[in-house]
Amino acid sequence: MADIKGTQLIHEYLRHNKKFPHVFCSGCGHGIVLGSLIRSIHGLGLSKDDVCIVAGIGCSGRLAAYVDFNTVHTCHGRALTFATGIKMAKPGMHVIVVMGDGDSMAIGGNHLIHAARRNIGVTALILNNNIYGMTGGQCSPTTPAGANTQTTPMGQMEQSFDCVELCTAAGANFVARGSVFHVKRLDSMIMEGIKNPGFGVVEIMTPCFTQYGRKNGFKSPVEMFHALKKNVVKRERFDEIPEADRGEKVPSGIFVQKDTPGLEEKFYEMAARCQGGK
Amino acid sequence: MFRGSFVSRDREAYGKFTPNPDQVMSAKSKGKSIVTIFPDWCKGCGICAAFCPVKVMELNDQGKAVVVREEECINCGFCELHCPDFAIMVQPKVDSEIPAGSKSAHVNAAPNGSVESEKSIKEKG
Amino acid sequence: MARPKKKKNKEIFALGNEAVVEGALLAGCDFYAGYPITPSSEIMEIMAQRLPRIPNGSFVQMEDEIGGLGAVIGASLAGRKALTATSGPGFSLMQEHIGYGCITETPLVIVNVMRGGPSTGLPTSPAQGDVQQARWGTHGDHSIIVLSASNVQECLEMTIEAFNLAEKYRTPVILLIDEITAHTREKITIPNEAEFEVFNRTLPTMPPEWYKPYEETVRGVPPMPAIGSGYRFHVTGLTHDVNGFPTSRPDEVRELNERLFRKIDQFLHDVQIVEEIDTEDAEVAVIAYGTVARSAELAVKQARDLGVKAGLLKLKTLFPYPRKATEKLMYRAKTIIVPEMNMGQISREVKRVNNGQVSVRTINKVDGQIITPAEILKVLTRV
Repeated sequence: MADIKGTQLIHEYLRHNKKFPHVFCSGCGHGIVLGSLIRSIHGLGLSKDDVCIVAGIGCSGRLAAYVDFNTVHTCHGRALTFATGIKMAKPGMHVIVVMGDGDSMAIGGNHLIHAARRNIGVTALILNNNIYGMTGGQCSPTTPAGANTQTTPMGQMEQSFDCVELCTAAGANFVARGSVFHVKRLDSMIMEGIKNPGFGVVEIMTPCFTQYGRKNGFKSPVEMFHALKKNVVKRERFDEIPEADRGEKVPSGIFVQKDTPGLEEKFYEMAARCQGGK
Repeated sequence: MFRGSFVSRDREAYGKFTPNPDQVMSAKSKGKSIVTIFPDWCKGCGICAAFCPVKVMELNDQGKAVVVREEECINCGFCELHCPDFAIMVQPKVDSEIPAGSKSAHVNAAPNGSVESEKSIKEKG
Repeated sequence: MARPKKKKNKEIFALGNEAVVEGALLAGCDFYAGYPITPSSEIMEIMAQRLPRIPNGSFVQMEDEIGGLGAVIGASLAGRKALTATSGPGFSLMQEHIGYGCITETPLVIVNVMRGGPSTGLPTSPAQGDVQQARWGTHGDHSIIVLSASNVQECLEMTIEAFNLAEKYRTPVILLIDEITAHTREKITIPNEAEFEVFNRTLPTMPPEWYKPYEETVRGVPPMPAIGSGYRFHVTGLTHDVNGFPTSRPDEVRELNERLFRKIDQFLHDVQIVEEIDTEDAEVAVIAYGTVARSAELAVKQARDLGVKAGLLKLKTLFPYPRKATEKLMYRAKTIIVPEMNMGQISREVKRVNNGQVSVRTINKVDGQIITPAEILKVLTRV
């Protein structure tokens, strides 16, 4: 497989008995994330058997079925709990959790902060499209203030979550934010996240034209990609921009990178001590 | 190796891990690539056509992407990385393998995922 | 000439909750995840002590019961024998994942130490109010195995049985005990390895590329490899086809749902465990389970002493409901008494089996107190 590149490489990792093209809408960024994830896993040289993709419910949940790894499609918001069990049971497995923004921060918010606090060695990809896509365009915890959705027809009144700050505060070992426009940066972030011990979070800004863009002034998916290109800036550059000019810009990059050992490493070390001392 | 600022780490990662290092932006090789689009997989989002720096692709009247100026392709890899449907393939041109008349044939079938079948599609061309 | 020394069984003085742990470890349990809740917490506490000391054992305390059962399912998919224990409110939280366990056919054991309800209820008092919830708590039509234990020795035995049934039929198994049994300390005998059987899930023997995760088999139970063992398959809570991928085709949906029932229903003789005490000639019979069965056992003995032809059918399997054993009892008995610490959850099942030939009387108590032998004896002698 060494000489295969680009799309051919991705085709190698897709499940041949699944129906393609995949279920995502035209212009959805989830497919790009899928490609990025496959390239990252290939780049790290991981065996297909050693990778377990755990996904929640929603558009992002459908992502798992398409790739030829060990895949688990779980209940809404609970992907991290299943991943915790798999990682504790098989510490050698690379467990990657794919969640949406509502999945991870609304119904699964408790599991997200506790997985970060517990520092379990899984990598969470949070596909943030600011909306509940599959459910039909209701507002999510990351829907920006003022946005028009099915459940906020007069505009969102609540504050939105900042996933990076939430996970940083909860104590995650690795926190990064990327976007589906800056794919190569995303590739390297996902690779870093998988390699880093302990709990890693990569928030991925991905556009949802069908449910979010159409209602909020975007004319095509391409326009949403232009917005990503303009608004997602490297965090070093973001810091230089005066606060008044930041507007809709969001910083991207790696925000936290610690090498605290994950819970499973600590547990098995303790277990070895217990068994040795008996 | 991965300590230090984000920028340096980023750059290091490019050389080491990017699976297709010859397709980074700097490796410009105009006219040396074949761009294949699988129309069965293309959903016509238009990202490739909008962002291609040399406008190799266009959307046809069915809303699907088609290759119109393949000779202009600088092999930057943008379309391949950003196609959400894995419907674009950029390959280096190898004259002996690809008969001249087969270019149009690439457009006819969706991949079965395996390399063998893609080759056979070309050969049938 | 030295006589071969007979290996004496180990005897310990243990709580019901401790017996559950002993049983689980004997059955090969090597994973526990959960959230502490009265009156089941001892199970978790002792597991935290014991699991790191056995090879490959792992333990994790989760943020809630949802997470607890989620981690248990994950570990079971990864090839472990996993246990979680909880009580009323936690059991309610787990219902979503019980359904997931049913449709993905994941073997796991949930111990529910029943306490008074509804809601927070009576955290330190016994009840049997979760019986129908254990059967029907999660949404959707599904099959499930529910067991119960009436004393500390049975806690150990039924936990082993729960693991065996879970592994054999690839299904969640719920063991219902109540606060009294869980917190009773008495002498129990730990069985020797030769005295009980441990069943492990069937592993696939075909090459990975031929493996279909949810294919029909003779027993109706497809083989189950662990995640990471070379068989890469998709597990989903959506209704799936034999390959494990989501489907909504009516024929495939029907096939899956019917198989989920059939795999247990065609082995009812194996799943339904009951104990019959003096039932051969019983004219008045008691059907009881859990701690109440213990009261009933004494009441039946006392009634016999008084000349009443009484008998007891002790249910160790609650669901699938032991219909045949109940019917057998009804051939002879004219009255059946169902004492329960609820307003009538198993008596409903008994009445469903009864086609009008016997009178079913219930003793219901929901004051957080156990039903005493005297209360049952009073009804036994009156009929």
